[in-house]
Amino acid sequence: MKKIEYRELPAWTPGWWALMIGLLVVMAIGLAGALYMETEGHHVTGMTNQIVWGIPHVFAVFMIVAASGALNVASIGSVFGRDAYKPLGRVSGLLAISLLAGGLCVLVLDLGKPDRLIVAMTHFNITSIFAWNVYLYTGFFVVVGLYLWTMMDWTKKRFYKPAATLAFLWRLILTTGTGSIFGFLVARDAYSSAVMAPLFISMSFVFGLAIFNLILLAVYGGSGRPVSPDVIHRKARLLALFMAADLYFVVVQHITAIYWPSRDPVERFILLDGGIYTWLFWGVQVFLGAVLPMALIYRCKQVGRGLLRLVSSLAVVGGFAQVYVIVIGGQAWPLELFPGQQISSSFADGRIHSYVPSAPEIALGLGGIALVLFLVTLVSTALPFFPQALGNAEAETPAVGEAVGQAAE
Amino acid sequence: MAVMVLSAVALGSAAHAGSDAGAHAGWPHITKPIKGTHCVKPVPYMLRYHFDLLLHQREITLRKGVHGSKYDLTNCISCHVNKNANGQYIPINAPGQFCQSCHEYAAVHIDCFSCHATTPQGGGDDQTAAR
Amino acid sequence: MSDDRNTRETAGDQTGTGGIGRRAFLGAAGAVAVLAPGLGLAAHAFEARPDGVPASSKHRWGMLVDTTKCKSNCHVCVDACNKENGLYEEADPKDTAQYIRKLTVHDPDTGYTHYLPVMCQHCTHPACVAVCPTGASFKRADGIVLVDRHICIGCRYCMMACPYKARSFDEYTEKNQKWYNPRGLGCVEGCTMCAHLVDEGKDPACVTACNKTGGGAMVFGDLKDPTSEISKRVATEQTTQIRADLGMDPGVRYEGI
Repeated sequence: MKKIEYRELPAWTPGWWALMIGLLVVMAIGLAGALYMETEGHHVTGMTNQIVWGIPHVFAVFMIVAASGALNVASIGSVFGRDAYKPLGRVSGLLAISLLAGGLCVLVLDLGKPDRLIVAMTHFNITSIFAWNVYLYTGFFVVVGLYLWTMMDWTKKRFYKPAATLAFLWRLILTTGTGSIFGFLVARDAYSSAVMAPLFISMSFVFGLAIFNLILLAVYGGSGRPVSPDVIHRKARLLALFMAADLYFVVVQHITAIYWPSRDPVERFILLDGGIYTWLFWGVQVFLGAVLPMALIYRCKQVGRGLLRLVSSLAVVGGFAQVYVIVIGGQAWPLELFPGQQISSSFADGRIHSYVPSAPEIALGLGGIALVLFLVTLVSTALPFFPQALGNAEAETPAVGEAVGQAAE
Repeated sequence: MAVMVLSAVALGSAAHAGSDAGAHAGWPHITKPIKGTHCVKPVPYMLRYHFDLLLHQREITLRKGVHGSKYDLTNCISCHVNKNANGQYIPINAPGQFCQSCHEYAAVHIDCFSCHATTPQGGGDDQTAAR
Repeated sequence: MSDDRNTRETAGDQTGTGGIGRRAFLGAAGAVAVLAPGLGLAAHAFEARPDGVPASSKHRWGMLVDTTKCKSNCHVCVDACNKENGLYEEADPKDTAQYIRKLTVHDPDTGYTHYLPVMCQHCTHPACVAVCPTGASFKRADGIVLVDRHICIGCRYCMMACPYKARSFDEYTEKNQKWYNPRGLGCVEGCTMCAHLVDEGKDPACVTACNKTGGGAMVFGDLKDPTSEISKRVATEQTTQIRADLGMDPGVRYEGI
């Protein structure tokens, strides 16, 4: 097999400076937003006693789910032995860690008492899936860190496969945990379902790969490193496959709930007359985020960079809408204290809850995204993460294409 | 470290008890308790371990529901709070007051009073005017 | 006599509400009850827990609400709760904490409308306690579900998990809290079943108010004491828990829903 040559990204170029300063500015604004929320109190946000989790949680869940998905590329290369994916293992691991860091930062800075984060480490409630996630998240950093070490240090090569397997299992458990945060909420008809865990895993496949593709295209487009057309095509096919899986679990999620009489109202709300949520579900999540890109990919014989960028962007937009519909839409529907009865009170019982995200909340979320990009750029500038060339456009193209194709199917 | 500083400061103040003239400029101003003759533990002990007592007590009071301990925070406040010229209580975490004075000097943030009442009556009758 | 008593009596002096501490008052009330047993209202089936004694699992505090007696235009329970616990109407009602609220329940088929107060249901298997990552949400030995604000990080997962919408998030910097109900920015809060009163052998504020000036719809007592009024009524009358299907076994029961 051909030796893969990894190179650091070129630093100190005007483009590099512009990117890094721009990201730092976005992060600073996000931090200022968080500080404002914490000192003033959450009344300055759109979040209320009805919509208790808002847009910061949408950003955070999106990034945390994407984090485990971003690791897939590495897993396909190592655990499932697709050699064509191996060169991208390092980037995959780095992106996974960065996304998780970004998501957790947003989540933590939205806490009512972020200064008490240490309490989450010192006090552990064994029955809380949230508490378990604290360990799954910190463990993810360690496991993926070790995995990266075995990738980058040839003297640790014999640990490469075990580390890869551990990381793959860990990411499955982690996303199961994230999905179960919602799945275990027996009180809320929009959540409370075992399907949330596999649904979140399928979501992670889509989000992670889409973000991975976008980063890859940006880096290889920006630095002029070659990428084989087959790598592009197969990545698109793989993304379409993941979208199909996501769509499948979405169908299972809703069909199951519709069949359950007490959940009829909330399903009707999300799928038929929920206003913004219905629109986001059908228009953005299902059509823009899955049906359209799948159609574009499958009718195209050779997906190019432009189309891959387009479908990956659509996947990100659709994915964000999906998380928004789950997190916000699920809360917008009031709790059913008396199923079948009409209830009202001074505490907004029985009413559809409105939510308008405020500027500081959105700034916090965007700051998290900026942190992800900042970390990826910084680390891959300092250390050799990206292969010099991706695939070989001439001699090795067929072999690479086949290997990736098998992974995709 | 902060504890050491606090101890030194407060012991210094204790040595000059009663005479404001004796207090060093810039040092925390330890106000005298408004009632009682002695604390629930000797002063040097309180200086070093008051937070341990409070930390232990909060578990007992809140989680176990035990009332009437001399280590209750409300008990600290009832003695160490001060009144202004009009006879009204001054919040114990106000600048220059018993808790705040020392903690400001030692640069140790007090987390108690984001939730706990800062005067013995805790609220009084003018609640609606509070905000 | 403990120093604690002094604290409370000082508090009484200062607020000018009669100059007697809660426990002293309780003693007086008890004496009245003995002298005039017919008064009923002042007579309690449970006693103050002495200083130094922890809450015990020998008790299981509960409430019974007879919704047929809950009137449409009455909200004394809500007012009493707000006053007792030092809650205010915030600038934005959507961000205002409500420990107890009055629910209007309308049956679209029969047109029957009735009313009931809903507060923390103090469940045997509370979802809020199960999901809390730090254990800040906890159940006391006597069944009262509370928030330990010392370790609450403000994640609001308990608010997501509670089927009764019983919890509020404190979104404002608080001042002038009641000494027995510390509350502040960034922590989740909810009905304490007036644990500070229950520990002193008194009914929660909402129950007292309902029986004094309201419809007399609420009864508070020890579900584990077979001689208590609540136990007797739960044993002989048809009582219901809200969303009993969820299996959390609320300590608050209702009649007529």
